[in-house]
Amino acid sequence: MEELQQNLIPGAGFYQKHLGFEWGPGDLIVYETNYKLQGPRSAGSPSVHIVRRDEDICSPILRKLFSESHLIFVGLQKIKEDVPSKNKKSQFVSISKNYRSVIRACMEELQQNAVSTQSGSLASQYGDQVSILLAIELIWNLCEVLFIDAAPAGSLLLQLLDWVRLHKSDVDAKAREVLQSDSPAQHQSYWDVVISLVLQGRTDEARQVLSKQASLRAESSSVFKRMDGLLQTMPIFNPTGTQTLTEFEVKWRHWHEECDRCLQDNTFASNRHLETICKILVGDEDTLLEQKELLSTWYHFLVTRLLFTHPTIKPPDLHYYAQSSMNMFLGPRASPEPLDIILLSAFEFDLHQVIKDCSIALNNWWFVAHLTDLLDHCKLLQSHNLHFGSNLREFLVLEYASGLFTHHSLWQLAVDYFDHCPEFGRVYLELQIERVPLDTERKAIKVLRICEDRQMSEQVRSICKIMAKRALRNNRLGSALSWTIRAKDAAFATLISERFLQDYSNKGSFTDLDLLDNLGPAMLLSDSLTFLGKYREFHRLYGEKRFSEAARLLLSLMTAKIAPRSLWMTLLTDALPLLEQKEVIFSVDQTYELMSCLEELNSGTKHSNLTDQDEDIESTKTELLRLALARNLTMAIVKEGTIET
Amino acid sequence: MFVAKSIAADHKDLIHDVSYDFHGRRMATCSSDQSVKVWDKGDDGEWHCTASWKTHSGSVWRVTWAHPEFGQVLASCSFDRTAAVWEEIVGESNDKQRGQSHWIKRTTLVDSRTSVTDVKFAPKHMGLMLTTCSADGVVRIYEAPDVMNLSQWSLQHEISCKLSCSCISWNPSSSRAHPPMIAVGSDDSNITYSGKVQIYEYNENTRKYAKAETLMTVTDPVHDITFAPNLGRSFHVLAIATKDVRIFKLIPMRRESANSSGPTKFEVQVMAQFDSHNSQVWRVSWNITSTLLASSGDDGCVRLWKANYMDNWKCTGILRGDGSPVNGSGHAAALSAVGVPVAAQMVVGAASAGRYFFPHLDSPRAGSRLAHLLPPPSLIEQIYEPDLSHAPQIRQRHTANSTNQPTEHD
Repeated sequence: MEELQQNLIPGAGFYQKHLGFEWGPGDLIVYETNYKLQGPRSAGSPSVHIVRRDEDICSPILRKLFSESHLIFVGLQKIKEDVPSKNKKSQFVSISKNYRSVIRACMEELQQNAVSTQSGSLASQYGDQVSILLAIELIWNLCEVLFIDAAPAGSLLLQLLDWVRLHKSDVDAKAREVLQSDSPAQHQSYWDVVISLVLQGRTDEARQVLSKQASLRAESSSVFKRMDGLLQTMPIFNPTGTQTLTEFEVKWRHWHEECDRCLQDNTFASNRHLETICKILVGDEDTLLEQKELLSTWYHFLVTRLLFTHPTIKPPDLHYYAQSSMNMFLGPRASPEPLDIILLSAFEFDLHQVIKDCSIALNNWWFVAHLTDLLDHCKLLQSHNLHFGSNLREFLVLEYASGLFTHHSLWQLAVDYFDHCPEFGRVYLELQIERVPLDTERKAIKVLRICEDRQMSEQVRSICKIMAKRALRNNRLGSALSWTIRAKDAAFATLISERFLQDYSNKGSFTDLDLLDNLGPAMLLSDSLTFLGKYREFHRLYGEKRFSEAARLLLSLMTAKIAPRSLWMTLLTDALPLLEQKEVIFSVDQTYELMSCLEELNSGTKHSNLTDQDEDIESTKTELLRLALARNLTMAIVKEGTIET
Repeated sequence: MFVAKSIAADHKDLIHDVSYDFHGRRMATCSSDQSVKVWDKGDDGEWHCTASWKTHSGSVWRVTWAHPEFGQVLASCSFDRTAAVWEEIVGESNDKQRGQSHWIKRTTLVDSRTSVTDVKFAPKHMGLMLTTCSADGVVRIYEAPDVMNLSQWSLQHEISCKLSCSCISWNPSSSRAHPPMIAVGSDDSNITYSGKVQIYEYNENTRKYAKAETLMTVTDPVHDITFAPNLGRSFHVLAIATKDVRIFKLIPMRRESANSSGPTKFEVQVMAQFDSHNSQVWRVSWNITSTLLASSGDDGCVRLWKANYMDNWKCTGILRGDGSPVNGSGHAAALSAVGVPVAAQMVVGAASAGRYFFPHLDSPRAGSRLAHLLPPPSLIEQIYEPDLSHAPQIRQRHTANSTNQPTEHD
């Protein structure tokens, strides 16, 4: 759909003949290389060139266009299917107008910037963008009149007139200049202004300007009065009134004949300007073509021509006049330019061609994507049911949204566009969103939320895993653990839990207490994590002096085989202070269980690689524990055997 | 398109490969100077070289990043018959201040007896797996069973392809309906009749890779091969760089339940074929969503291919060197923001003005005529210089000579 473009890479192709490349997000890297390796060794230092595909995405002013049109787009998608189509049409027209006003606002801002900037290249860049937006707005407006509003005969011409007036607004500036001058009638542009106004069908304004002249020339005042009369009586169709189209046609023909009669009578022979105006009023094509300068475009010529020859033109007849007007205006030798062809296709009601040509001619997908989407909602596109993009609309919206994804913040807008592409939107989003750089935790959470909202479980897992891995690399265990829990990655949870315990055995205290204390059901993710959570709970209970609860928990960690064997000695050592309390904490049964744990541990494999010193410490620990357990057992037996009185 | 930036890579010899990491914030370059460099994109958008080290004792052909789920891990392969895995470790604080990072070699894979021509990580859903292929015609699949210990890699599979291998590509589909699949390309020019692209598929029952398909229509040397992202489709799309660019569609055929242990059979269709590079095509690669395919060929151009919504493919962009020497390349890792506007660099005059067909207005003003529009696309002629520099049979890069290593540069 895009136009073929060639680009030169400066400094490449001198030493080596091949270009290597690599895709990146939104850009392409190219470098000089040689795949055959039979040339000379590389002379000079090779460069890597980063080629960007779309610079519009980066423009801060166009950014507004993207973000504001996004809101309109989302609003449009929400229009319910069940609203009767009659009511919808006005909604669609107003949405179309909203889009255009966003374009206009953007254009104005660009223009102001172009004027105020000091940099010449920047000014010309703004200027380029303005001309592109102007063309876009022109095409969009015409599509609105012809397709979305689908004005019937009568109103059609009025709307086309508005279209021409809006896009040929320099008449107003010139009129103001003339009227504000010392003697408007003597101004060199005076007649240009009058004729321009007539050409746009603005008869009242034309009369106003004409009156300046009439008051000066008393001798020819009757002629001016006559012209004033003709302009005043020119019938204009009123679509909201009660007048029928036939009534209007009769009235108009009557007026037309009167103009013709004036011409036959040589009424205006004394004033060539008035004569010209009168010829325009009767729709004389040669006279109209003489006004090329003032009309400036073939489509202005077309609308003026219709105004004075076929004011009740019906939509299907439009294409004939459009084609002939273009040929007449441009002449036989001139070849029409893309914009002309696009407008002509619109006048021919060939929507598909309009969209196709626009995608080729324009430098971004914004326009075609939004226009096509709107036209599709108006049910104006025949479906092109093909597996590569369910239809034209989806194809274009996907292209546009993919482009947004290359921008560091606009990608968030793209999510909504993908959401409204039923066929491939989700897959595209999955592929794109996992590539969003997770620069900060905040950004990661933002991306994560989008994935979670859409039940994209694989992407959720992957993002959490990446963050967990990164946190672990940087030794931020708490962060690593919480990301792992979100990723539901059991193996990694085990690994991090072990790191926590290792850390504990080195430092004698836990870090990230907030997280560990609030693991809740998440601790069930892996056995190690369960142990970590429970073990930390033991420490908390102990700290809160809830000794019997702490004791019960500690014992259960061993008996329920939650604690890895390697840590039993640590756990038993943790039991020591509880055994040494004045109060009896471990009951008889519990003490027996502790004892069997200790014996089980000692009967197990002896560590052969322990040094003598280490072995000494181990056996001393065991002895101490045995002693403490035995003493506790006596106290417990005594306590339990005593009947409280 | 426009050249936003040119970075002096500061390699002492040819660059063979540049590889972006998964998020596009880092890139790795490798070169005939036997080194790999890692570049990081700063917050200012500039690229800085944060590591540069000698990786091999021969030209480094390819460098590739593991998925970030596995950390910061690179793999490289070389003419020195080895592939290597590198991991970035969090360095000392003064390293960070100097903007440098440390990469350490986790393993060297020495199983190949000839030049290792390609190295690729398998899709992440398969775990941390690395694949190499070599000039002696063997594809090797390694696995790191413990993702926390990258110094242990076990050779899981050896696939003998019988032809000198030049490139491999994993099918990225993670769908349960698609068993792991790898495509292997061969640039063997001694055997002219056989198919140069083989597709191997993992069989759950035998726990082995078995050949599922040979693309018999591709008989010329294949230099690069790449699967497109699956996009949830039932079929697979494979792009191949051979004497032209070819895009194949592989449609798995319905299995007969009795014979379910055999490999999947495919219906192979050619989706597109472009010979505009005029001769050998060396690289092909898809963008993220596979809406664009890029290819590089003997005509010195990178061409971009795009399918429209009707599945019609066409060339939408051409990049080529301007043939001028680089100036001021002496600055080490100097970053020069060029920002050359596209319109200033057009090749074939007005015809290539591309999408920039709107003139810029001297004084932008509403209502002014938008003149000088481009002629319609059919009028644009592509201009090719006939490339006469390549002789019909040139000695291939990877000679199947296992005992005496040929010199790298003829």
